Amino acid sequence: MAVAATTKTGARPSRAGRRLAVPAWTGTVPFLAYVGVFLLWPTGIVVVDSLKNPSGAWQLSNITELANPLVRGYFIGSFKLCLLSSVAGAVLGAILAYAVASGNPDGVVRRLYLAASGVLAQFGGVTLAFAFLVLIGPVGLLFHASWFYEFPWGIGLIYTYFQIPLMVLVFLPAIDGLKIQWREASENLGASAWQYWRYVGGPLLAPAFLGATLLLFANALSAFATIAAWENQIAYVVPQQISTALSSEVGLSNVNVADLLALGMIVMVAIVMTLYVLLQRRAARWLR
Amino acid sequence: MAALAPVGEVVREPAARRAAGVSARRRRRLNAFRYLVFTVFGLFFALPLLAMARFSLEGAKLGTWSLTAWSQIASYQGTQAVGIPPLISSIEITLELALITCTVIVLLLVPTMIWIRLRVRWLSRTFEFLCLLPLTIPAIVLVVGLGPIYNRIQRISLSSLMLFWVYVILALPYAYRALAAGLGGLDVTTLAEAARSLGARWLTVIVRVIVPNMWQAILNALLLTSALVLGEFTIAYLLLYNNLQVELYSISRNTPNAGVLFATSTAALAFAFALLLILSYVGRRRRRSRG
Repeated sequence: MAVAATTKTGARPSRAGRRLAVPAWTGTVPFLAYVGVFLLWPTGIVVVDSLKNPSGAWQLSNITELANPLVRGYFIGSFKLCLLSSVAGAVLGAILAYAVASGNPDGVVRRLYLAASGVLAQFGGVTLAFAFLVLIGPVGLLFHASWFYEFPWGIGLIYTYFQIPLMVLVFLPAIDGLKIQWREASENLGASAWQYWRYVGGPLLAPAFLGATLLLFANALSAFATIAAWENQIAYVVPQQISTALSSEVGLSNVNVADLLALGMIVMVAIVMTLYVLLQRRAARWLR
Repeated sequence: MAALAPVGEVVREPAARRAAGVSARRRRRLNAFRYLVFTVFGLFFALPLLAMARFSLEGAKLGTWSLTAWSQIASYQGTQAVGIPPLISSIEITLELALITCTVIVLLLVPTMIWIRLRVRWLSRTFEFLCLLPLTIPAIVLVVGLGPIYNRIQRISLSSLMLFWVYVILALPYAYRALAAGLGGLDVTTLAEAARSLGARWLTVIVRVIVPNMWQAILNALLLTSALVLGEFTIAYLLLYNNLQVELYSISRNTPNAGVLFATSTAALAFAFALLLILSYVGRRRRRSRG
């Protein structure tokens, strides 16, 4: 039995490989086909269609429509909202991350905040807008914020709710990477807390902080559900206008509006994410 | 030398005491700062959720408590007078979608990842790039390009369940990271060589040797995928399908019954919270058992 098994299986791998004679990469074909059809193809459609007119002929002049004041307005709106929510989220999130990091690494508080951050960073969507509506909307339980429906402020506050936890998750490893010896060394040399942060801690954390802010920016840029539930009459940002363009063909005629706006977003996200990767690489030099 | 020693001691002692004093004061200040920060942020995160839960328990008169809204979830009809209650059917569809998406993503990703680790190493960078790509292509962009593709799918089936095709793509980066973390901790090559030399076929290697070693990672991937599907709105809404989030959105637009809306939102949230808290608990246990 044992002998039979050894003789039978000993030569098996190589023989099986030769008999089948299919290259190993064919095993990845199902995955590649799936991603090809449902990720690469749609992206290709967006890029190609944005350079065509609705009847299907090439029309490279579409790109100039991105400079159209109406279209530019949505991009400026998106930029404002993303800048506000990512800067606020990054600064507040960094403060919270520092408070979490300076405690006991196995403590309850740290575990609680990390678990909650993991949950809340995912919690965008329709329900978040409802929650804030109940809290500070026109009939809010806490108070009525008169600026609740004002463009960058009301929705900016709501976005900050999921930006702060994301910042904590992304930035905490960087703060954990600050070595206690650096602090001790600077204190032994007579540095004050301010001098430590100005000349040692700040410069060390700066690339990681900027990188995380960019990630938050991209996160806010692609959010749609929250702002759709917050306000569905007026379009302020690009995702809202894409939604409007998909459901009705008004506005710019002669151009595939939704595709063009989507192309603009791809370019914006690509720039932001490239900078993010570069900054992360820079940050990794010191913080291991 | 002998003359220097006392001088050095005299200088060092107060400096040491002063340093201890500074760090104790710093410690106190730091603790005060920490508790202040935790309180303020805790309130900021808890208040909207508490407000929503409170509103869902609002009675007919303002300020009273009642479970009416919660008991209406199953029977809520909305604007439609007869037929299957839309809210409960959308909940059902969303749960089914989560189930299908989880199944497909595991069947698609796990064998491919193991196979690439074992046999096609040169593809691993491309593979990682493709898996993380959906992070940089927002759902709202993807949906624009998906229009023509879903036109074809709808010729075959009109069911909302067809959304799973694209939900797999959305969940890809999260599932990939979870699985990659699990796979990274295994010596896949040695396991596979051992199994192969004992006569296992490649399928046996994957299903009976490697997969049982990465259950935790697979569970993580499943929980993240489910949480994502439960909260998905953009694609379902723009492709004119109906899932839970779209139904909540349309209740908020079309009917004044705010109680049901907030009750369902709270329930959906609590469910997603529970899933993700299980996830963080599971992740912690794994790290602890390893260390």
